[in-house]
Order: sequence, then C-alpha cells, then structure tokens
Amino acid sequence: MLPTPSTCHVCFDRVYEPAEDSYLLLDTLSSGSETAFLQDRFGDATSSPPVVLEVGVGSGVVLAFVAANARTIFGRHDVLTLGTDINSFACKAAAQTVRHAVNEREDGRSVFADVVNGDLASAIRPRSIDMFVFNPPYVPAELPDLSRHETYNTMPEGKKATSFEQDSYLLELSYAGGADGMVVTNRMLAQIPGILSADRGIAYVLLCAQNKPDIVKQRIREWGPGWMAETVGSSGKKAGWEKLVIVRIWRSLK
Amino acid sequence: MKLLTLNFLTCAIKTCKTNSASFPLHPRDAELEIVEADVNLPFLKNILPRLMWDELRGICTELGLPELPATPPTPADLIQPSSSTPETTDAAPIAEADEEPSQTAKDLHRVLLETCIQEGKLVCGACEHEYAVKEGVANFLLPGHLV
Ligand SMILES: C[S@@+](CC[C@H](N)C(=O)[O-])C[C@H]1O[C@@H](n2cnc3c(N)ncnc32)[C@H](O)[C@@H]1O
Ligand SMILES: [Zn+2]
Repeated sequence: MLPTPSTCHVCFDRVYEPAEDSYLLLDTLSSGSETAFLQDRFGDATSSPPVVLEVGVGSGVVLAFVAANARTIFGRHDVLTLGTDINSFACKAAAQTVRHAVNEREDGRSVFADVVNGDLASAIRPRSIDMFVFNPPYVPAELPDLSRHETYNTMPEGKKATSFEQDSYLLELSYAGGADGMVVTNRMLAQIPGILSADRGIAYVLLCAQNKPDIVKQRIREWGPGWMAETVGSSGKKAGWEKLVIVRIWRSLK
Repeated sequence: MKLLTLNFLTCAIKTCKTNSASFPLHPRDAELEIVEADVNLPFLKNILPRLMWDELRGICTELGLPELPATPPTPADLIQPSSSTPETTDAAPIAEADEEPSQTAKDLHRVLLETCIQEGKLVCGACEHEYAVKEGVANFLLPGHLV
C-alpha cells in the first residue's frame, strides 16, 4: 500500500474531503494492472515526461498521490502534474498538498506545475495532456446556482472567514451533478478528445451506478475508430446507489 | 504560477480554440517572484520536445527576462561537459545520476520552474480577454455569457 498524501492543512468546510471515491482512484491508479498498462505506455525513460492533468482536484489528494508515486505508477520520476478546480480555495489547498507530497516522497524529482482556477479543462491547450483524471460531481442532485460563483469564490471583502452559505455552495459544487449526476461529466467528456495527446493520451473518469456507466462507455466507443472505454476499478463491496467505478478511456494505437 | 504552466494553457473561450493567436497567453502587469528549486536535469532533457519554444521565447521577451537561445537546446546542451582527464574518456560513460547541469540548463530551469507570476494578467492574443492572476493562482472562469 502506497501512503495517502497528507491533507491535514485543508479546510473541509469548503473543500471536498477525500472519501471513498478519492480512495478508489488511488487504489485503481496504483493497481498492478493499471501500473503495467501505464508503464508500457509511458515507461520509456527517454520519451517525454507524461503530462498529467486532474480536473476538480479538491484537496489535491489524487494529484499528489500520482505525483508522489510517479516511479511506481509510470516507472519513471519525471512526471509533470497540473490541476484545475472551479473552487479557488481548492486550488490553493491542492497546490500545497501536491508540493508537500512531492517534496516528501519524490525529493523534487517529479514536477508539479500549478493548479489553475477554471471551468473543467476549458483553458488547457489542445492535445497537450497524456493522462487525464476526473472525480466529478456525480450525485444526481440539482446543480447550484452559478450566478453566485464570483462572490462565493473568494474570501468576503475585509473578512477572514467564509460564510456558511458560501461553504454550502462550494461543497454543493463538489458533489451535485444535475440530472443522472451526469451534467458536469458530460461536459467534461466532450472536452476529452480535444485535450489528449494524439499518440498516447489516456483518461480515467469516475462514475457512480446512477450515472449508468454502461451507457456512458458505449457512447465513448462511438466517438470514432479506436476509442476504447473499460471499467478498470470498482468499489463493488457496497450495494446501493453509490457503487463506484473507474472508467479508463483511450484510443487503441493499432 | 510557473512560466512552464503557460506552455499548457490557452484562452478558455471556445471560439478562440481554432485561432492560433490564442496561444500563448501574454502576461501583462506581471509581478514576478523567484521560487528556488533544485535543477531537475532528467526532466529538463525530456521536456524539451514538448516546449513551444518560440512562444516561450516571446513570453520571456515580454517579461523583460534574459533572452532564450533562438533554437531550443538539445539534451546534450543541458549537460556540463565533463572535466575529467583524458585517461578516463574510454571508461564507462558517466552515469545519468552524475551528470551536472550546464549553464543553459540552469537558465532554462530558472525560466520554466523558478520564475512565477504572483500577480497580474494573462491576455489572449485573439480576443484580448484578460485573465487575472492573484496570489499565484490564474483565474480562467468566464462570465456566464462568454462560455
Ligand atoms: C467529488 S470532488 C473530487 C475532489 C478530489 N479530486 C478527490 O477525488 O477527492 C469534485 C471536485 O470537482 C470540482 N468541480 C466541480 N465542478 C467543476 C468544474 N466545472 N470545473 C472544475 N472543477 C469542478 C469541485 O470543486 C470538487 O473539488
Ligand atoms: Zn481568446
């Protein structure tokens, strides 16, 4: 078992606290079958460093885990990590989490770029990402009213603390996924073919049972020739609506 | 934010994606800070083919930083020539771990990984939209009508 990055500095009143979904991503990305797949794709130490983007970093626990365990996951140290989140408090918290984990475990050999505040991957240069990771807001629940975002995304003027309404709004953003829990994920899926590098891009997206993973996977396979989507991790121990899966999305190189 | 990050960012506005002027974003009124870090030679050597060199040079010029070479360095340019005496030349090649960064590597490291924009704006060359950078975090969120 690889260690879980420390997130003890993060204020979980307004940033998503690592939960079963986060840990499923950690377990899947470090599983024997995924590390074998990733090392086969990226392990050649003379190829360019894998560029990893996580959208919706939250506390940063997943991106920090990837950065800090680059050698185990990719078979090389020189991995470049980059994150985004719509919540500016999450951006700052996550940057700290990743920096700390890299210093502690990788001795600065894996490289953390930045976490930027943005909507999904809308500001990412086309075809520049080798590995994409997303643990979306996937719960079927009404999306929060984004017209308040600008006000709620920063510390209230002259104050040292956020309000209760502000915190509730920011946490809603972290889990509420609209109809079928798929509204945000569908917008993200539409961006994936555009951001992934043509020759070796790969994506991991978490879904819950109510997102109807089989239908989602089928739709991805219809993106065009070569597109693949397979379940490569699941927490099936618990029955009920929060049964989670990780879907790997990639283009077969043949 | 590090200048290296600009290599992976573009204007967030959909209609700009097909306009080549939307990359790179241009720093404006930037307050820079140097955040020191150890030189990571294996990373620098491998990232070279992924850097948009001309654009990176342009950013350095715009920021008033020392000019980068006109063409990207080769991996060999990043290694300090060995100071070893002739007798050792036909010995085994130096292990990667023992390679020392050249001045070129140190300069590149300074630009890509140590030079950070703390405050300022990033401007799209196509639509001129300005994205704010505050406390080192760039904000690419758009007012609803632009999405
Ligand atoms: C379920 S949490 C996952 C957090 C973290 N990655 C983890 O696994 O613990 C979802 C995250 O996505 C972010 N998010 C929601 N909508 C977003 C959007 N449109 N663009 C970027 N991030 C978004 C939320 O702020 C939240 O941090
Ligand atoms: Zn633009």
